[in-house]
Amino acid sequence: MVLDCKHVWREISNYIDGDLDPSVRASMEKHLAHCRHCAAILDSTRNIIYLIADERTFALPIGFSERLRARLESELEKSEPASR
Amino acid sequence: MISRITAGERELFYDLIKPCERAVFLTAYSVLKTEADAEEVVQEAALKAYKALGSFRGESKFSTWLVKITLNEARMRLRRSRSEPEVSLQDFMDDGDSDYTPAVLTDWREIPSEALDRKELREILQRALAELPEKYREVLISRDVREMNIAETAQLLGISEGMVKTRLFRARLMMQKIVAPELRPQGKKDTKG
Repeated sequence: MVLDCKHVWREISNYIDGDLDPSVRASMEKHLAHCRHCAAILDSTRNIIYLIADERTFALPIGFSERLRARLESELEKSEPASR
Repeated sequence: MISRITAGERELFYDLIKPCERAVFLTAYSVLKTEADAEEVVQEAALKAYKALGSFRGESKFSTWLVKITLNEARMRLRRSRSEPEVSLQDFMDDGDSDYTPAVLTDWREIPSEALDRKELREILQRALAELPEKYREVLISRDVREMNIAETAQLLGISEGMVKTRLFRARLMMQKIVAPELRPQGKKDTKG
């Protein structure tokens, strides 16, 4: 199976997740070995996924836990949970 | 633990929600895009959960239940805050077979995770995520930030696994298209498509 660049782009996400039929995967790898553009798109996409998964990228705001607890404490003073 | 909380040991509720804080915050953030709004929604959701604790039957994990409450709360707030219809024609068309193109590069030098110590890089990634339409942002945060699997993401968002994969593919290419040109060492922007 010969894949063009657009077809490769459509499958990049599944390729990264290892969610491709072996024959499609093999065709993609053949294409990626010769196409600098698609190889760079794959590398950049994979790198960006890696960066956004890092806890520093989307960390809890400073003081989040303390404010959550303070809000709960002040509200829960006024009410009790529904009993089972 | 839940029965002890409902019996009045309120202090235990804080222990119960502590491990879920990042998950619920990211869930609210995926809908609302701003930290302040997300934080408020988390507080509201935690209060709701506390008050409804007696009805929690343990059929799912507590964290899953709390995340679901948070998602509903965030979506309700978003609906109240925006004037346009909840589901536009464009939303339907977006899940059609239209083309999604990445930023076409000739090369890519890997950005190491140490670079995340730079606030500027974190801001580029956060801004890019905020630019995505809500339905793509929700999937991307569930799958790539919270690192849930496809089935869990589908269940949380109430969509099929196939739809998760489709939205994920588009979300990832959109992120690549926005972020990659900004992160290239030479600052060249040969984006096309």
